[in-house]
Amino acid sequence: MAQYVFLLFDTEDWYDQVSTAEEFQAQMKLHNDFAAAVAAAGASMLGGEALERSSTASTVRQGSGEPLVTDGPFIETKEALGGFYVIDCKDLDQALALAKLCPSPNIEVRPVMPTS
Amino acid sequence: MPTAREVAAVVEGAHREYWSTVLASTVRLTRDLDLAEDCTQEAFVQALRTWPDGIPSNPAGWLTTVARRLALDRFRRETTLRRKLPLLIEDPGAPGDSEQPTDPLRLVFTCCHPALARDAQVALTLRLICGLTTREVAAGLLISESTAAARITRAKKKIAAAGIPYRIPDDHELADRLDVVLTVVQLVYTAGHVAAGPELMRAELTGRAIELAQLLVRLMPAEPEPQALLGLLLMTQARGDARLSEDGELVLLADQDRSRWDARLLGEGLARATAALQQGHGRFALQAAIAGLHVTAPSWDQTDWHQVVRMYDAMLLGWPSPIVELNRAAAHSLVPGADLTAVLAELDALGNEPALKAYAYLPATRADVLARLDRPDEAVKAYDEAIDLTANGAEQRFLEHRRAALINGSTADGRRGVGGGGLERPGRGGVGAG
Repeated sequence: MAQYVFLLFDTEDWYDQVSTAEEFQAQMKLHNDFAAAVAAAGASMLGGEALERSSTASTVRQGSGEPLVTDGPFIETKEALGGFYVIDCKDLDQALALAKLCPSPNIEVRPVMPTS
Repeated sequence: MPTAREVAAVVEGAHREYWSTVLASTVRLTRDLDLAEDCTQEAFVQALRTWPDGIPSNPAGWLTTVARRLALDRFRRETTLRRKLPLLIEDPGAPGDSEQPTDPLRLVFTCCHPALARDAQVALTLRLICGLTTREVAAGLLISESTAAARITRAKKKIAAAGIPYRIPDDHELADRLDVVLTVVQLVYTAGHVAAGPELMRAELTGRAIELAQLLVRLMPAEPEPQALLGLLLMTQARGDARLSEDGELVLLADQDRSRWDARLLGEGLARATAALQQGHGRFALQAAIAGLHVTAPSWDQTDWHQVVRMYDAMLLGWPSPIVELNRAAAHSLVPGADLTAVLAELDALGNEPALKAYAYLPATRADVLARLDRPDEAVKAYDEAIDLTANGAEQRFLEHRRAALINGSTADGRRGVGGGGLERPGRGGVGAG
């Protein structure tokens, strides 16, 4: 088993679209379904969170002199990082198959470096 | 006692035929690509040394045994052998397990995994399946040796770090995964077919691609698409002699002396394509069908363009792409009585496609249609565009010739559809290939 981080990138429309409790529940259902799919595949969901929108981000940049704190995400992109999962999978094929089921239009699947 | 030259020839032949088999079998034992490669390489070196004393009756068996023994030696000597590039092997079994016939297939699917970049897939296939040296890979792909080495190393590291498993895809993923493999093989063929590098290397690559297709047919006898690809490559190969004039200039399919086509290769290619088409209309089956329509026509003008268009329509249904749309429009322009103004409109619309922005075949096709619509000034401009975009010397000279002919007022030379035809690359599944 190997750990993979799923980085979920999306436009930030959903923050505005999810204004009622019902819409929020609908989103949660998608993610609950995903969690069930992970378990059904024999993989393990080790963690994951939705993130507040990218305008809430702060960046700390190390350079010469004092670290610089600025407002906003590190990189401005059309699609922003909106959430992540850490999943223990059999191999990359399983991770990719699960990523196809994950409710997000763009997902980066990155292997976690083993610490042993 | 065999002579040194005879031995060298036998070892070379064994290398060509059995490299991937021996490597795949050794990988099963080492679970590490680099180590398996080293041991396999060393086995062939040993063959050169010991076969002068007698060539084994089962060269593949001998080589596999030696490679695996070398790997076991390494394990014993280096008790804390940390795998540099460990492979995730499904159903690994015990290390002493004998090889499985499916092992070369695992190697193929690993080299062509979709998580690897396309040029990594090609380089890895040439190195690990064909057994080309890094220098040979570089020469074939027209890159520096260090670039080739780096590309292959990065790919192997990604396989290890990202956990690309060493397995044959499940049934539900097989069609998609196989399509990638066949695309890679087609790219190897194209690299050799498009006259850019030295003659010898090009012949090496087209030959290797055909062998790869034959290997896939052997390993997956029930699958129609590898058969289709083999048919397509053989039919393209059959036209090889007629492609270039004595001066090394490109000869269009439209102008080729069809009597110079290799009848045996054509026959085999058609048989393969027919067999594949009977089992399905996959992407490669359709490309093979189009090639078949070309090679069975007595001449360019007598080609069943209507059927060719229908094949492209089928391709667009399953695998829509701007390039296929372009090829379809070009074929459509050749159907007797075609509405050329409508075709021109289609071609103009395709001008907005990002994928075709740097694709010479589009303006070349436009130029031809414009010429036939008796709009020579616009046609000349389109030829200019095409000439700017093509990197291939033979194609450039051909386009300049067509442009010059237009300026000299010889538009009405009776040829239809030759403007775009010469630029087709076999890998694009298009019409009018050389």
